[in-house]
Amino acid sequence: MLHFLINRLMLLVPVFFGVTLVAFGFIRVLPGDPVEVLAGERGVSPEKHAEILAQLGFDKPLWQQYFSYLGDILQGDLGVSIITNRPVIEEFFELFPATVELATCAIIFALIIGIPAGIIAATKRGTWVDQGIMGLSLTGYSMPIFWWGLLLIILFSNTLGWTPVSGRLSFIFEVDHVTGFMLIDTLLSDEQGSFWSALHHLILPSVVLGTIPLAVIARQTRSAMLEVLSEDYVRTARAKGLSPFRVIAIHALRNALITVVTVIGLQVALLLAGAILTETIFGWPGIGKWIIFSVFSRDYYAVQGGLLLIAVCVMIVNLIVDLLYGFINPRILQQRNKT
Amino acid sequence: MKKTLLIASLGLGLALSGVAQAKTLVFCSEGSPEGFNPALYSAGTTFDASSQTIYNRLVQFETGTTKVIPGLAESWSASADGLEYTFNLRKGVKFHTTEDFTPTRDFNADDILFTYNRMWKEDHPYHDVGGEYLYFGWMDMGSLLKSIDKIDDYTVKFTLTKPESPFVSNLAMDFASVLSAEYGDNLAAAGRKADIDHKPVGTGPFVLKSYKKDSMIRYIAHDDYWDGRSNIDKLVFAITTDNSVRYQKLKAGECHVMPYPNPADLAAMESDPDINLMRQEGLNVGYLAFNTEKPPFDQKIVRQALSMAIDKQAILDVVFEGAGSIAKNPIPPTMWSYNDDVVDYPYDPAKAKAMLDLAGVSGLKTNIWAMPVQRPYNPNARRMAELIQADWAKVGVEAEIVTFEWGEYLKRSRDGEHDTMLLGWTGDNGDPDNFMFVLLGCEAAASGGNRARWCNKPFDYLLRQAKQKTDQAERTELYEMAQVIFKEEAPWVTIAHSIVFKPVRKEVIGFKVHPLGSHIFYDGVDLK
Repeated sequence: MLHFLINRLMLLVPVFFGVTLVAFGFIRVLPGDPVEVLAGERGVSPEKHAEILAQLGFDKPLWQQYFSYLGDILQGDLGVSIITNRPVIEEFFELFPATVELATCAIIFALIIGIPAGIIAATKRGTWVDQGIMGLSLTGYSMPIFWWGLLLIILFSNTLGWTPVSGRLSFIFEVDHVTGFMLIDTLLSDEQGSFWSALHHLILPSVVLGTIPLAVIARQTRSAMLEVLSEDYVRTARAKGLSPFRVIAIHALRNALITVVTVIGLQVALLLAGAILTETIFGWPGIGKWIIFSVFSRDYYAVQGGLLLIAVCVMIVNLIVDLLYGFINPRILQQRNKT
Repeated sequence: MKKTLLIASLGLGLALSGVAQAKTLVFCSEGSPEGFNPALYSAGTTFDASSQTIYNRLVQFETGTTKVIPGLAESWSASADGLEYTFNLRKGVKFHTTEDFTPTRDFNADDILFTYNRMWKEDHPYHDVGGEYLYFGWMDMGSLLKSIDKIDDYTVKFTLTKPESPFVSNLAMDFASVLSAEYGDNLAAAGRKADIDHKPVGTGPFVLKSYKKDSMIRYIAHDDYWDGRSNIDKLVFAITTDNSVRYQKLKAGECHVMPYPNPADLAAMESDPDINLMRQEGLNVGYLAFNTEKPPFDQKIVRQALSMAIDKQAILDVVFEGAGSIAKNPIPPTMWSYNDDVVDYPYDPAKAKAMLDLAGVSGLKTNIWAMPVQRPYNPNARRMAELIQADWAKVGVEAEIVTFEWGEYLKRSRDGEHDTMLLGWTGDNGDPDNFMFVLLGCEAAASGGNRARWCNKPFDYLLRQAKQKTDQAERTELYEMAQVIFKEEAPWVTIAHSIVFKPVRKEVIGFKVHPLGSHIFYDGVDLK
């Protein structure tokens, strides 16, 4: 196991350097620079323009900029935002908990509904129940997030008045920033009712962000279950006279879950991408919105730092998923140990 | 679940009614401020959150107009040669008391010197803290100032290098917000200079209480405010970037005022009994500039003909969806010295064609540059360019639409690579000089800010004369004449001034739409 872990970690090193190069290159490939964008219609004289670029270190050759950036990263310094003059790492971690909280709730929502829906569809294969679930999941998968979010706001917030329109917490509560996770911070605070308000604010964004993963998980669970259900050992289990529930929940599901866990791992990257839109609609103060703003204002340090940190998160999640395989199916671990 | 939600909503309702006694106004702002020192930044979002709440300036714009009125200076006078301005400062003005700072003295001349010298003098201990002083540079204050002297604790004299009558208006701009020198000294002693821009202390009507990026800004009323305590006890900026969502929040009563509505929502807002849809002509102009250095646009008659070939009303209907007015002058009608006697070119394709023939122009192939971004003065440049392209095709001119990334667009157009281009301007200080000299003067033609690259000596002479006069009536006359020359010469097709809409809930009283775009929650703003 340890050997496997070290192997995996070693593999991440070239990936990490690749990511730094992509993050560094991406923002520089875009035309325009932060000084021009900031000055807008007012303009900036060529001398002043050159002076500011030199101050920011953008006058040096690209390779030199890259290596000095790499050197800074290895020392844990991601630079200072050109727009706000604050350290990028500080800005990122101020907003990151909000995105993690939202993504976690979204994936929980997707799992709670998606896995049972997939199982039911598989066991009722070919019936109207199966077709109904798969039809709905295809609709969910094709749903444009922006439109879906607005639709839910109009229905649940304005017509029915059940949920707040946007934000993380009602303005009447003043909760101290302890962990950055609103559900935890509100529990720690003595503001009565703030936890409910935070939970209330999480419902719609989680549903919107969780819709596509839900559809994917339901479809994957269904197909994995169908495959497993046709295996010999399931037939044997049935022949032994085990209850259908035991056959499905204990014997089939565990094996089907391997595919599902892989899918969840892949969904993390998609969740972060979806978070950009979801956060914009729901006024959610997370990193998605921050990255978009940084790209538009050509805030080089914020974009490259933000992309790098997000990539590291995705790498870590995928590593965890790899490790989880072993727990779900010990045979995989044994095979790995052999190789 | 339903029961839980019901209890939660009940709790929320009870809490809201409790807060109603401490008057809380919620503004659904459109984004996060870049920081809390308006001298370092350029976005209106930042100014709303800093200069208009936390700070004051020596002189200020009267809410709802561009008239300059006393602020931290009770009065001021200019010398006859227009080179010296003396300001008499207000006494008894208190700075905010915050967690980090308790002022021991009232505002005085030292604070003015601290504020301006920080932006101006490179050897000032705070000059290198924070970043670039954008507007100070853009308004060319560095080369305009000769000296700033403290005459006594409550008198300050500014000496200029040349007469510049818009100078006082410049001092009313957001960047000129006055900081506390005492706070600066304390922070320097504690080795925390950078805090001056992040933990702001001002003299303004509201004190910053907390800020969570992309989420919320909270203020409380400044109890000792020199112009009387605000009617609003707590001011909250609920940051909501999407304009449709802002509207949903306004409808649901989650905020009281919202900026920049989606034009598609205006009709619904108008008919909503809970919303008062306020409007005002924006202090802006959207135009098409001819590159007068390139033939055939160096000929006046060609420019006039192409101006006549454009159906501005159609642009107004399609691009502005009615939320604008046709522009005939380079300055908006709400600005003093606007010359209403100027007659615009009528839409007359037949005459335009005849004039082009007269100029010997046939089969002209050209380009129209369209901005890639949405601006108040041009909500959809691509669409506007298409309409102009179609209009010009009718008079035999074939135009190709060109666009670039925004930074690139500005840079290339400043270098004069375009034939004709769309752009616009939003006023900074309510002075006609800020439109005409910056956008159409000979100096701007050389530096590129004048996209028409048009340098007309008589026009430029009038603008320079107007800069030197301090009497507004005299200046008005000069600008009125300049507008006549401008129309005759037609370096631009003036297209439209936008109308700014501000949806406000009915329970808000006393709110005024400000022509310079700021959102002001003081000065008579209250909740029913």
